[in-house]
Order: sequence, then structure tokens, then C-alpha cells
Amino acid sequence: MIPRIQEKLSILADAAKYDVSCASSGGTRKNVGKGLGDSHTSGICHSYTEDGRCVSLLKILLTNHCIFDCAFCVSRRSNDIKRAAFTVREVVDLTISFYRRNYIEGLFLSSGIFKNADYTMERLLAIVKKLRTEERFNGYIHLKTIPGASDELISQAGFYADRMSINLELPTEAGLKTLAPEKSHDLVKKPLKLVNTSMQAYRDEGKRIKHVPTFVPAGQSTQMVVGATAETDKDIMHIADSFYKNYGLRRVYYSGYIPISNDHRLPMLGSLPPLLRENRLYQTDWLMRFYGFHVTELLNDDHPFLDTEIDPKLSWALRNLHLFPVDINTAAYELILRVPGIGVTSARKIVQSRRFGKLRSDQLRKIGVAMNRAMHFIWCADRIPSLGSPSAMEIRQHILSAGSRKNTPSSQQLTLF
Amino acid sequence: MNAYVFDGTFPGLLTAVFESYERQTPDVILCSVDDYQPLLLGDTVTVATVEEKARRVWNGLAKRLEREWMARLYAAFLAEQPSGYQHVFSLVRLVFDHGGAVVGDYRNPHVLGVSQLDRKVHREKHRMEAFVRFQQLVDGLYYATVDPDFNVLPLIARHFQNRYADQRWVIYDVKRRYGMYYDGDQVDEVTFSETPPREGAVPQADQFTASELLYQQLWRAYFDHAGIPSRKNTKLHIQHVPKRYWKYLTEKQPVPFQR
Repeated sequence: MIPRIQEKLSILADAAKYDVSCASSGGTRKNVGKGLGDSHTSGICHSYTEDGRCVSLLKILLTNHCIFDCAFCVSRRSNDIKRAAFTVREVVDLTISFYRRNYIEGLFLSSGIFKNADYTMERLLAIVKKLRTEERFNGYIHLKTIPGASDELISQAGFYADRMSINLELPTEAGLKTLAPEKSHDLVKKPLKLVNTSMQAYRDEGKRIKHVPTFVPAGQSTQMVVGATAETDKDIMHIADSFYKNYGLRRVYYSGYIPISNDHRLPMLGSLPPLLRENRLYQTDWLMRFYGFHVTELLNDDHPFLDTEIDPKLSWALRNLHLFPVDINTAAYELILRVPGIGVTSARKIVQSRRFGKLRSDQLRKIGVAMNRAMHFIWCADRIPSLGSPSAMEIRQHILSAGSRKNTPSSQQLTLF
Repeated sequence: MNAYVFDGTFPGLLTAVFESYERQTPDVILCSVDDYQPLLLGDTVTVATVEEKARRVWNGLAKRLEREWMARLYAAFLAEQPSGYQHVFSLVRLVFDHGGAVVGDYRNPHVLGVSQLDRKVHREKHRMEAFVRFQQLVDGLYYATVDPDFNVLPLIARHFQNRYADQRWVIYDVKRRYGMYYDGDQVDEVTFSETPPREGAVPQADQFTASELLYQQLWRAYFDHAGIPSRKNTKLHIQHVPKRYWKYLTEKQPVPFQR
């Protein structure tokens, strides 16, 4: 016999799995006075699903009953599926019991909207409050902000959650109007701004006063569905960029649309999720956040789509060959970081090591540089520029044929860089 | 060329460094007593571990290196690899001979060797922090067995102590036949003397509480529903969770959980 709690867990995990975020990093809670749990600054993935995604948090909906009818969502009210709802006690008990066994870093709690936004937000708040105050739980909590909930409830939740998030759902307002007429980007922006303003206020206060309560220490994030409507990669990344800048977001997630209904407004059931496109968007996101690229360098009116065959950094370099080759032994760190095949760790090691003497290509390879790509863009002690430098097309062909097995276009999800 | 044979402990390795200066033999082949094979040429010195000598070397390093690099040397040692012992030994000598700045030179094979081993050991440490699965026994103890590639228990104890401060737990390394036990107050090294370690260290199903079996079942159910079938990617899955770790994972066990 399958216990009722297991049936609920199956239904409400199923409904929550389309939220991609499973980050557990950035938490700052320390275990004081022998409570339970301690954050790990870099986060821990305790397992991986069979689709290769990290399982860090117990990711569930409080309920999949919902008053909204968003076409892209499995829990939409017109969808004929099994519905369930957890009690507060059940969510707390599952979180604590899983955490004690080292299955998870914490809880990712979201919910369908039942009755109204405030009623739903109150229930979510009750759970996180109980975990923190009664169970003295210091593990990670990612809480969904319910759009339309009162400022008061949202602000209170910020004292208990490590991260809060609201999904943009679709990259453009126009897309949202077609598929989810009851929602708008403004409904998302308002609470994002509210939480961001409070975060900054508490951070500033923390600089002056010693004991300031933590308020959403791991920041906010959002998610966009990719491939459900007809946006360009440029549209998507420019919106992501503006949300990073305007709302101080920690992460933007891109979720390749997985067909879940026969709705004529959406891609057909059975069509494959655009996993390669999703991967290229994440690579672009990384280049913006860690490699000093401005979004317009990577995507603009002349290049509204990312190249699927080659990664966005290589693609950028091939469009800007006049900036290369870069001399590994003298160039600034920022320039070295822009060389295809060199990541943050290798760039740092290069800058450290060259103080002791010139670097050769075999040493670069040992340090971790992907020389099959980098070799076309650098000088080092034993590589001098060749006469009659090859064209962008020639370099591209060379790299593609060398790594032809790896670079076959497919819809498979690739690893980042 | 001289061969130094040490007892395989960290103080033993540091003592070997001390001896190499005392005997003025900079070029040394260092091996642990387990790896030792007699050389055809040259002398073999058996290093007797002396805590005081080891401490002097360690303190000397502390004056020349950042904590980060001290930790890297220790982690590289815990890899338990012959080449690792040599890299640690040679890098320590380099630091004494040329100063602490030498660790910034990744062109140097010993700097690179130690930093690469440190990465491997830390990846394994991180995996243990992720993949350890506690099972609650009838007496309330949370129990886990591990079988890590490297000797990482000394590196993970603090993480688990901070996290599970209010529950008693044991993490037992079946390969190296020792464990860490937290009694609610402090962590101690433990060994099981009577039972044959490999089998005896693994608890049987009747030693679990009923709720333990329920939570294992619930966790498996959760895991089965967290994946998205149309995105299935077994290659990526195995890359993240190599098969040798599956034996730890509750979610990878057939029902009911028994080993």
C-alpha cells in the first residue's frame, strides 16, 4: 500500500519540477547553539536527476490547486490532473527528516494560487517561520514570492528565506499576454523591487550596526521559458541583462519549453525541448556575469541569434579577429579572459605564473587551457604569429573538424564551457 | 640518489623533510613504507617519525605560506599516492629554499602536482558531503558508510559536526577501516575491533526504525518524480554521479533498502 503522504509528495514534486533553480549557494546561516543545519557557501548538489539536473533542495508545491489558467503551466486550472495539498506540518516534517539524512540542503517551496495571493502567501510564510523558529532549522530555504501578495507578507517572508524568486515566465510582455492573460511583467517587477530595496537597506544598515537581521541573504532569482513563443536570443538576453541591473538579481534561469498541452498557441506535444539553445543562453549569461562581456557584444541587431554550432565566446572572437592574437605573457587579465578556451581559473593561473618566467604552450595545456581553441588566438613563448593569418571561416572549420564528435548539433543538454 | 622511507603519516612526511636538511640530501626519492621497493643504487634511509621535528617544519611553512596552501599540501598528502608524497615533499623544500612566493608558479611541476591533487581530493571531499546518506538506527544514531577514493574523513568531519550538531552520527570508511563518531559534543576517530569490518560495519534492515524505512521510501518517490522524462540524459547523469557512488545513494537502491 502506498501511503497518502507518498502520493501527495509524488504529485507535488511532479508539479514543481519545471522550476529549474536548485541553487543552494549564497546562504550565510550558521548553526549556533546546537540547532540543526549550517549553510555551505558554495551549495551542494546531493544528487542528480536522470536528466542530469542538480537535486539540492526538496522542491515541492504546497498545493497544485490554482485559480490561474496559464497555458504553459501543468497546474493550470483547466488541466485535468490529480490535485493535492500538503499541510504545514507535513512540509516541515519532510524537510527536517530529509535534511537529517543528508538528502538535501533545504527546501524550495512554491505553490499554486488557491483562493487568492495573500491566502497562499500566508500559508508559505507559516511554514518557513515554523522551520526557522520552532525547529531551529538553519538549512537553505528558497521561497517563491506569490505575485499580488501584500507587501507586508512578502517583507516578513524575507526574514526567514535565504532566497526569494518570482518567475517572469515569458521573456516578453506580448508573449505573456497571449499565453497568460491574467499575468503581466509588472506583477513580477513590483515585488522584486520591494525585496531588492529591503535587501539593500539591511545590507547598508549591517555596515553600521552589528546585529541586523538577515534578509534574503542569497538574493533573488527569476526564470523565463524559452521556445514557447517567438522571441530572439537577443530579446531574451537583453531582458535578462536589464533584470540583473535593475533588480540586483543573483540568477536568471532559462528553461527550454517542454510541451505539456495541445494548446494551438504552443509548440506541439512531442516536440523536443530546445536544450542546445538553452545551453547557449546559459553560456551567454556566464559571459556577462563572470567574463566582463556586455550583452550587446554578444547579441545585437546584426546577430540576434546565438550560433548553435560554436559557443558564444568563440563566436564573438571570430567576429572580432582584429583584437587577436593576445600575448599570454604580457596581456591584461581582462583580455586573457576573453580568449576562447581560457576560463577564469586558467586566466588567474596564467597571470600568477608569468611573473616567474614566460609560459609555453605545453604549460598552458597543463594549467587547463583548451589549446585546440585557444591556439588560434594567442601568442606564447613557443608560438609566434604565423604569416598570412587564417580567416574566421578557416579557424571555425578547423575547430569544428577537430572537435567534430563533440560539436555535433543536437538537442542534448551540454555542460557549461 | 637517496630513498627515504616514511611511515605513511603526515608527521612522518614532514619529519622526512627535516631529515633531508639535516643530512644535506636535497634530491630524495620519498616513499611510504607500503610503497617501498629497494633501489638498485643509492642509500635507503628509514625515517623515524618525530613529532617535534614535524612541528618545526609545519611551523616553518606557516611563516612562509598562506593557510590556503598549507591546506593544499595536507589535502595532496591525503590522496595517498606515491607521486603525491613526492610532490608535497619537493614543494615543501622549494618553499624553504626559495620562499613562499614559489607556489604562484604553475609552470613548476610540484606546484602543479600539488594543486591538481588538491583539486581531486577536494572534489572527493565535496562528493562525500553530498552523497553521504545517514540511516537512523533503533537507538537513534544516524549511521553512514563510505568508501572514498581518497582519505577524506579528516576533511569532512567539521562540515558534518557544524551541520548536525543536535544528532549523534557515525561516518565509517569501510576501505580504511575507521570512522568519525559525533556524540553530540565532539568528533572522535573510532574503529570497530571485533567484527569483520566490511560486513560488520554495515547495519542490517532490522536495525532501522520503521520511520527510517518510510523516509527512504519517500525520498525514492521524490527522486523518481523530480526528473523530466523528455529531457533524460543518461550520459550527463553518470558524469555527475559516477556509478561507483551509486552504492551510497538511497535513491539508487531497489526497494527495500538493503546492502
